[in-house]
Amino acid sequence: MSDLSPAAVAAAVADAHRRGWAIVLASTVRVARDLDLAEECVQEAYASALATWPRDGIPASPLGWLTTAARRRAIDAHRREQVLRSKLSLLVEPEEHPAHEVEDPAGVWVGQAADHVSDERLRLVFLCCHPALAQEAQLALTLRLVCGVPTADIARSLLVSETTMSARLTRAKKKISTARIPFRMPTHAELPDRLRGALGVIHLLFTMGHTAPSGASLVRTDLVEQAVHLARMLRGLMPDEREVCGLLALLLVTDARRSTRVDDQGRLVPLAEQDRSRWDRKAVAEAHAFIVAGLRAGPPGRYLLQAAIASLYAEAATFEETDWPQIVRLYDQLLSVWPSPVVALNRAVAVAQVSGPAQALAEVEGLEATGALESYQYLHAIKADLLARQGRREEAAAAYRRALELTRNDAERAFLAERAGQGT
Amino acid sequence: MAQYAVLIYAADAAHGENASPEELEMHGRHARELEDAGCMTAAFALESIATATSIRGDAVTDGPFLEGKEVVAGFYIIEAPDLDEALRVAGRNPVTRYGGGVEVRPVAGSFVREPVTR
Repeated sequence: MSDLSPAAVAAAVADAHRRGWAIVLASTVRVARDLDLAEECVQEAYASALATWPRDGIPASPLGWLTTAARRRAIDAHRREQVLRSKLSLLVEPEEHPAHEVEDPAGVWVGQAADHVSDERLRLVFLCCHPALAQEAQLALTLRLVCGVPTADIARSLLVSETTMSARLTRAKKKISTARIPFRMPTHAELPDRLRGALGVIHLLFTMGHTAPSGASLVRTDLVEQAVHLARMLRGLMPDEREVCGLLALLLVTDARRSTRVDDQGRLVPLAEQDRSRWDRKAVAEAHAFIVAGLRAGPPGRYLLQAAIASLYAEAATFEETDWPQIVRLYDQLLSVWPSPVVALNRAVAVAQVSGPAQALAEVEGLEATGALESYQYLHAIKADLLARQGRREEAAAAYRRALELTRNDAERAFLAERAGQGT
Repeated sequence: MAQYAVLIYAADAAHGENASPEELEMHGRHARELEDAGCMTAAFALESIATATSIRGDAVTDGPFLEGKEVVAGFYIIEAPDLDEALRVAGRNPVTRYGGGVEVRPVAGSFVREPVTR
């Protein structure tokens, strides 16, 4: 196993980064008791893997090797008392199952303490998504600490400068340390709220990637893939939480259409015109299984219902064959568990297919009158479409122009501009 | 253990002119709960906002420092092992159910001396 090609080692390290960053960091946090120190030690461990694996071979358990290396660095740093100077000490709850001494070079650690490791990753997720942190900080921390995305890349994904992102992360870590946000599992009573928060962060991450709030491209693949990765990880850690399965299903079934949402020129393709033969059937089927199991197990929550709706769109052979009445019924159910004007707006789109655009327009105008969605571009875009379908071209063009004013994504802007032009 | 200051925000101080005996009793009951639980180390109830005077630079003005719907009605110090526990304790303050709220801030340092009585 010696003298491996640098490319083979780089691939193995990249794979260990993708699969294992959260595991390695979460278990290093425990001994480092300091988020910055833990990050530094984990980064150094990955760097030293790149340096030593070509010579020594790829260890049988790469994650065990990396964890041991990172934890050892953290222990050394404490011995050298470097950490005393740090201002970011973290409140770590005592271990419920004391870890084995991590002197073994490889393999032993991950194998022996798999359950315990799961726990540590969950603690990390709940730490990053703590409600005492602003949601933009939760998002950034989750990408940095749970997914291991470098600060510069997070800045690029979330469209802020690297300085801004770096300051945001530092502020969040300072708050965790100073206010003593603990590195522990939420109690049974806290869990529903805290889980909702974590799922909200993952969903927001996905949404921002699925339709980028601004910029040239419609989709930000990096954010979408991190969101799916996180949802998958959470589902592996909490397989009995139906909303976790619901969220994963929602992301899978929505992302299944990714390659058909824009054409070769990056132009937006409406759902009715997308090439359904290119949808990812495997992802749709995987989501379907989660949805069926979830719906059987009891009254569904928000994400399971959203997944069920998205799945009905994805499973129809043609746009016309979509089961619209069932979609409207699911939206009614969704509104009862999650009364949001955005849900009511999306429901109106399905109502247009069942009861015609006039009825749907009346509902959209009712929503518009409440003022809650005044700056929501899709209200105006949907209203424009419903007006156009009734031949009310001038009003449609005006609504398209209003949507255009509120839209910052170039692909969506081009689509809306073209529609606005057709009306005049 | 860490110390957290709990700042009470309400339309006016509980000791304001419009406070009813029921409201005073409700806040008193909560204060006694905290005393009995042993987690409160100091507490200060403030007089009505009508009695406040603010200074910015050389300018002395009548009223609160920040104009808003709610003002600081009082504050107290609790001990808690972490923020979650501090939030749990602070969240039980009755003001949170009556249109006001609390702000929880870690204490960086403190000094208290018994007042001189004359």
